[in-house]
Amino acid sequence: MNEPGNLSRRRLLGTLAAGGVLAGLQSLLPVWARPLADAAVTRKGNAEAASMDLAIRRESIDIAGGRIAATTINHSIPGPLVELYEGQEALLRVTNLLDEDASIHWHGVLLPFTMDGVPGVTFPGIKPGDTFEAHFRVRQSGTYWYHSHSGLQEQTGVYGPLVIHPREQEPFTYDRDYVVMLSDWTFEDPHVVLAKLKKMSDYYNFHRRTVVDFFEDVNRNGLGATLRDRLAWGNMRMSPTDIADVTGYTYTYLINGLHPAGNWTGLFRPGERVRLRFINGSAMTYFNVRLPGLPMTVVQADGQNVEPVETDEFQIGVAETFDVIVTPAAPSAYTIMAESMDRSGYARGTLAPRAGMSAAVPALRAPPRRTMRDMGMAMKDMQGMNMEAAPENQTPMAGYDHGMHATAPADKSMAGMTMAPAAPVVARHGPDNHGPGNTGIPDMERNRLGEPGTGLEHTGHRVLTYARLRGITPVRDKREPSRTVELHLTGNMERYMWSFDGRKFSEVTSPVHFPYGERIRLILVNDTMMEHPIHLHGMFMELENGQDEHLPRKHTISVKPAERVSLLITADEPGRWAFHCHFLYHMKLGMFRVVEVS
Amino acid sequence: MKRMQIIRISLHVLAILLASLVVFRGAMAQDESNTGLDPLQRSYPRVYDTASGVPPGWPAPAGDADIYHFLLIDRLEAGFGGRENIIAWDAQGWIGGDYNKFWFKTEGEGAQGVTPEDAEIQALYSRTISPFWDFQAGARYDIQPSPERAHAVIGIQGLAPQWFEVDATAFLSHRGDATFRLDIEYEWLLTQRLILQPRAAINAAAQAVQELGLGSGINNSELGLRLRYEIRREFSPYIGVSWKKTWGDTAALARADGAETSSLYFLAGLRLWF
Repeated sequence: MNEPGNLSRRRLLGTLAAGGVLAGLQSLLPVWARPLADAAVTRKGNAEAASMDLAIRRESIDIAGGRIAATTINHSIPGPLVELYEGQEALLRVTNLLDEDASIHWHGVLLPFTMDGVPGVTFPGIKPGDTFEAHFRVRQSGTYWYHSHSGLQEQTGVYGPLVIHPREQEPFTYDRDYVVMLSDWTFEDPHVVLAKLKKMSDYYNFHRRTVVDFFEDVNRNGLGATLRDRLAWGNMRMSPTDIADVTGYTYTYLINGLHPAGNWTGLFRPGERVRLRFINGSAMTYFNVRLPGLPMTVVQADGQNVEPVETDEFQIGVAETFDVIVTPAAPSAYTIMAESMDRSGYARGTLAPRAGMSAAVPALRAPPRRTMRDMGMAMKDMQGMNMEAAPENQTPMAGYDHGMHATAPADKSMAGMTMAPAAPVVARHGPDNHGPGNTGIPDMERNRLGEPGTGLEHTGHRVLTYARLRGITPVRDKREPSRTVELHLTGNMERYMWSFDGRKFSEVTSPVHFPYGERIRLILVNDTMMEHPIHLHGMFMELENGQDEHLPRKHTISVKPAERVSLLITADEPGRWAFHCHFLYHMKLGMFRVVEVS
Repeated sequence: MKRMQIIRISLHVLAILLASLVVFRGAMAQDESNTGLDPLQRSYPRVYDTASGVPPGWPAPAGDADIYHFLLIDRLEAGFGGRENIIAWDAQGWIGGDYNKFWFKTEGEGAQGVTPEDAEIQALYSRTISPFWDFQAGARYDIQPSPERAHAVIGIQGLAPQWFEVDATAFLSHRGDATFRLDIEYEWLLTQRLILQPRAAINAAAQAVQELGLGSGINNSELGLRLRYEIRREFSPYIGVSWKKTWGDTAALARADGAETSSLYFLAGLRLWF
């Protein structure tokens, strides 16, 4: 447990937030307008065993400023906070009150694979009217979440936060504790969204380049450069504005179930250390998160403690979590600003000393554009293109065995961050184009761990990069990997097809095999023009980001376009585990594999 | 007499559709076949699903072989100018998976208020052969002009570099005439919703087809420019111009017939998709 003195204070404050000031208000407001007291982590007590009932049902609720039949867990979206303690025997009972199959997957939680909740991989799914009991011993701590793994159910509301309190004292202190769960909500049937993408993949993109942009570019870069740029993109038949498949055109972005006007508010007393547990529970949306005027100290990533890193903004991929600590000193309100990566909308909340206060909401910044680097083009091909000139390490390495021992690029994010130099080329793509399901391959595969995420190249403030994540606990398994598995992230935006190695799940003939007990190096190469949040169930992946013995452990890794990343996995959890892109529609379309540890 | 003709035409169309569906279903079945057990599966008894290694009867974790469908009415328009005002349509659609689709196309044109001069329907099997291209084969049936005519069809359709939508097709009629058609479209975004679409279509024949007034070589062409406003992506009214011209022997035959060889139309129409 944490320091007892601190705990009682925290408990008091939590109770204040949860039951005191807001209790009267809450009963009057519809669910979507309530500053979710559930988001305050209250620490109900550390018993030997904990059990909780979750009921999934279809019901009409108020959300995102409208009313619609949605899929709730215990009558709310997001579902209730599942709070566990390390060392407990957990029993989570999931009852399906829908007229279709349902499921709940415990994202990032270590457990026997039969409890993992993936229909068609770990169990047959929960039939209508049935209850599934997930029981497991809690072996970890940190911030996680849970969500449906059945079809497109997650998009209709079946997700919620999961927090595990550690047995040992945490390497940081705080006075307040809030979950900040980000998500994307649409009033459209997700099957209709998917069908539209299949018919016209840029259906939701209203940031496409127009004739006006052409003339602006000519003005800025000259006619020759602009034409070369247009020809390069046209040759590949890809769009530099393809940042998000589904956008603010249909999505309302939520914080703890509240749309921007609902303004979820977390209370603090000036000078307190406030822990914010950011969880990206979106189906399709990356967010760039900042609190203008408040620096953040990142203390956990994917539930794993990291050396504290101070930053002003971070990008959170779908299914990732980041825990940050902020210390608001003034008795004023601070906006929690979560811009969708394509800048078609935002989720917004507030930290304030009193309910009802709010701060200015910054305007959306200009939509980002993909660059030739995202295409994996060689620099010589980029001369004169709409692209920052950058020095390049011209040493291509043939084999991936060298992988990431190439030095991580110098991190400029401390010094006002302009643009990281072009990351080192670590490999060239082989001859395999991966068939009709894949539109292009990058000539140059780069290590991009030191680069800020899309749209964060020129913010003028500090931005978190993967290269800066350093685990607190040293890597336990120091063996050299006995096996390398390489998978390419592939896709065809024109036909809206997504896969690994150009093959959809239904086209592969066997699971990916990790021999039990072996140390595996997993190489992911992104052949597409967009980021993909790749999630491995059941085991953490140690990201080879140059932090030597202190590699950060991730359950979900966002792989940038034309990037090659290397991950280490100890295959010590026997069973069948899902491995997939956490963009919901990409997973549904077959960017999915089963990893078998045996 | 007229009723008999309609019935006969309907039967023809039906036969073509059925034949295409049979071909299509065969191809789809091939898509689903996924045989061959992997040695890794042996650790699990009664395993049949090779991709996931799960027991029989469990659902698929990713429904990635679903069937989707699309119907695009690209042009539904009235043209004003030339010798007489015209109406025209051009629609196509598909139903299928990522690799195999049943594809149909129809287009036609005629003077306003009378039976169209030209009306055709195509039923095709479409196979994904590369990231941006489909190979298509099937049948075309000309309902007009009379006497009606059946063709075998072979072609490619897809997206060429620099974003040109291309449809290139060869036809062989049941009388042995070979004809060709090339259709190219481009889209220019003036704004996110205001879109200018140039289009070029060329028809050619390998030999003269006297009945239809066609010479060999390039017969006719159409250059069009349509400006649409996407009220929704699926629904956009447009205005435009279209310049139609006949060439070579076809033009000579037209002139001899007293018909125009070049006409300019102003267009108003609707573009819809579902």
